Amino acid sequence: MKCRVCRDRAVIQMRRHNANFCKPHFVEHVHRQVERAIHDHRMFEQGERMVLGVSGGKDSLALWDVLTNLGYRVDGVYLHLGIGEYSSDSLVFSRRFAAERGLDLRIVDLPTEYGFSVPEAAEAGSRVACSSCGLSKRYILNKVADDGGYDVLVMGHNLDDEAATLFGNVSRWDLDYLARQSPVLPASGDGLARKVKPLIRLGERETAAYCIVQGIDYEVEECPMAAGNTVNRYKEWLNRLEEESPGTKANFLFGFWDRAADVFQAAAPPDLTSCSECGQPTTGSVCAFCRLRAQTLVHIARKADRE
Amino acid sequence: MKVILRQPRREVEVEGVARVGDLLKKLDMVAESVLVIRGDELLTSDIPLAEDDVIELRPVISGG
Repeated sequence: MKCRVCRDRAVIQMRRHNANFCKPHFVEHVHRQVERAIHDHRMFEQGERMVLGVSGGKDSLALWDVLTNLGYRVDGVYLHLGIGEYSSDSLVFSRRFAAERGLDLRIVDLPTEYGFSVPEAAEAGSRVACSSCGLSKRYILNKVADDGGYDVLVMGHNLDDEAATLFGNVSRWDLDYLARQSPVLPASGDGLARKVKPLIRLGERETAAYCIVQGIDYEVEECPMAAGNTVNRYKEWLNRLEEESPGTKANFLFGFWDRAADVFQAAAPPDLTSCSECGQPTTGSVCAFCRLRAQTLVHIARKADRE
Repeated sequence: MKVILRQPRREVEVEGVARVGDLLKKLDMVAESVLVIRGDELLTSDIPLAEDDVIELRPVISGG
């Protein structure tokens, strides 16, 4: 296969775009897609203070590389979730990436700073591991952005993440989640940072390929707690559809944002108050993270007593 | 040829495939869910393969 632009040997075929690209033109394509997402959704401007949630996986490291190449200064925050070797390895990839490029990476250690790990939260409670993990990530990354005076919290969610999430939200007709699924969540003024997703125009095959082409080492192994989770299953199914009919995922997701999301957003947003425990924004009196933490700490104490 | 699979990492021997596309078909893999790597090079589905190749099939789906 030949590159669509220069006719050199292609390294990737993208049937959705009806295009194949060589290395340099693929890198250009990735940069262009990110620039377009930032511009079309008015995510941020040069000079704003930005912090990126870094996991050590392909998406966050690819995004950090792209944004740096586009001239944005972005700090990183790594959340150590206490998932054994997986968390330690992911931290190594994140640290090495930042050190090689002279970027600032802040590390928040969930077990040290909050007293529990994701496996302990999963063991303790009513939520499955991925749900406890997602809740902890949303809470802590927002807190880091808010406490650090950042204008924008940047996340590495890609087209596949968003399409699979949308599929889940639609399959349950979850109106609250459908109202909130957006490329940009504006700052609320009472503790919620503006949250943006510049990778929404790129599939995870493209972000993984970008890492390989750019020589970025990332955590390839999957989180042991996520194996076989619902979102990954949706992704497999959507990829089967995409294989039969290229463009399905993008049409599904972009069609929702272009023509349907407004309908769900029209409902009044929930009133936010401050959590009585931590002061972070919540819709109830005690936020979901503080409830999860309290439940997990009780579980850990009881377990210690038994042992 | 030797084929390296991930998540978790393991190796299998595959014989009788001429091109990348044939390898994916033989292993029932969806091209959209995987990248095919030889050394540090990405391969498209039309690339011929040799019996002494070492090929990594790297899944791209990740949770989080």
